[in-house]
Amino acid sequence: MDELYRDQILEHYKRPHNFGKLDEYDLDFEDTNPLCGDEQHVFIKLDDDGRVEKVSFEGQGCAISTAATSLLTDELDGLTRDELLQIPKEKVLELLGIEISATRMKCALLGLKAVKGASLGASADWDDEGAPGDPGESESL
Amino acid sequence: MSTAVETQLDLEKIRASFPALSREIHGKPVAYLDSAASSQRVEASLQAVDRYERRHHSNVHRGAHTLSAEATAAYEGARATVADFIGASDRNEVVFCRNATEAINIVARSWGETNLGEGDRVALTVMEHHSNIVPWQQLAERKGVEIEWIGLSENSQLDLDALDAALDKGVKLVGVTHLSNVLGTVDPLAEISRRAHAAGALVMADGAQAAPKLPLSVTDLDVDFYAMSGHKLYGPTGIGVLWARKDLLAEMPPFIGGGSMIKKVTQEGTTFADPPARFEAGTPPISQAIGLAAALRWLQGLGMDLVNAHEREITDYALKRLAEVPGLQVFGPAPSVDRVGPVSFVIEGIHPHDVAEILDRHAVAVRSGHHCAQPLMDYLGVPATTRASFAVHTDRSEIDRLIEGLLDARRVFKL
Repeated sequence: MDELYRDQILEHYKRPHNFGKLDEYDLDFEDTNPLCGDEQHVFIKLDDDGRVEKVSFEGQGCAISTAATSLLTDELDGLTRDELLQIPKEKVLELLGIEISATRMKCALLGLKAVKGASLGASADWDDEGAPGDPGESESL
Repeated sequence: MSTAVETQLDLEKIRASFPALSREIHGKPVAYLDSAASSQRVEASLQAVDRYERRHHSNVHRGAHTLSAEATAAYEGARATVADFIGASDRNEVVFCRNATEAINIVARSWGETNLGEGDRVALTVMEHHSNIVPWQQLAERKGVEIEWIGLSENSQLDLDALDAALDKGVKLVGVTHLSNVLGTVDPLAEISRRAHAAGALVMADGAQAAPKLPLSVTDLDVDFYAMSGHKLYGPTGIGVLWARKDLLAEMPPFIGGGSMIKKVTQEGTTFADPPARFEAGTPPISQAIGLAAALRWLQGLGMDLVNAHEREITDYALKRLAEVPGLQVFGPAPSVDRVGPVSFVIEGIHPHDVAEILDRHAVAVRSGHHCAQPLMDYLGVPATTRASFAVHTDRSEIDRLIEGLLDARRVFKL
């Protein structure tokens, strides 16, 4: 079996959960990955206690970003807006259960970023990982 | 000794001139099919930069000492090489800048700011790279300029009737790519210039993709502005060229102020130097200009007609092989039409980013995404494509590996 494109990932890519736009929603946010043009729009309906009652997403994305958001949106019921903001990146990586390279990290985290954006009502941001120095120093070409 | 006229490039020798091609990725030799984004550096250029930096470096212009004279001669010599490569009649029409993007920004900021105002129109093709869109949108924002979009006809070529319709509305400038970085469409620049000039419009051509692939004469094309980037011509990053007609440059105000671009500075004010110095404020990218010139001389040594023939042959071969991959759709003109270079495609059921990831496992380097041409993606109705792009060093075995990788991607995705 493929290390990255495992059956579970392909299944969520081909048939994502919670896909589409909610008829009624309280929060929504669209975020993009400008590097590859991926877009995800998250919709959240809250119950009377301000907890997530329904969540959905739509958009265009690769297998990793689509599967990540499909998996993540299965986990959000009952959370408050504050709790949505507290979800660590590791949660998404754990749900995916695969090794995510630096180049695919933005794909894996696009949905979480959109969920946090919906909760905040503004673009959520975090620092990009980078590596200092010259690739030739640590690697013989 | 052979006296036969060379009718084909010696591909083995050419490949040996690119050190990066000996690099292995995941234990396999790299098949670098991403030259439209940035080309690999040719040895002749690397050596020229190294020699200059080790032995001849100093600041250019106005130095009385030997090193400065050597640096100045090399930098101005690079300008002459560029003029020769692009068929310009006067080296003073060659302005060095950072890249093609900056070249177009100089035109928008300097010529555009001076000559365009409320209600004036600029026409752009839907094929433009963001570099030939955003500077004009910024100008539109500042000055109330309006933008007219020119679409494509069948077969992904520029719709010349739509160009005429835009020109009829009184366009002052046409921004057009010489070679589309997504579709590989070659735009008929000479014909576009003829129509634009007849309607009183100037032509800003983006030559970033065309310059490494087409024999080039800005004089024959009769354009008014031409932009290109060193790093797409087997030379360094940080060096670009704006070529502009001398009479236009003479009337254009400077875009950036500082050292080297002045005649005289007093407390009361400044008079500006003549072109091209007027547009080269501050210490210029000297070694980069020298590296670019060395790459251009290397290309001239091969002969741009032969380079062009090779690029067309490899593009045709790629189009033929890609047609064998099930579920794959290629964008751009049919092989019989004037196209060369980048080939963009989508595979049904696999996102372009995943295609690129799986190709990387095969050490096949391609690009996925919108290729800085989002209006074109919208026009084509896709969010992104995978793009394989070629170079003077691309050989058929690399295309074969691309095809193997694509078939593997279909297997991984269980298609």
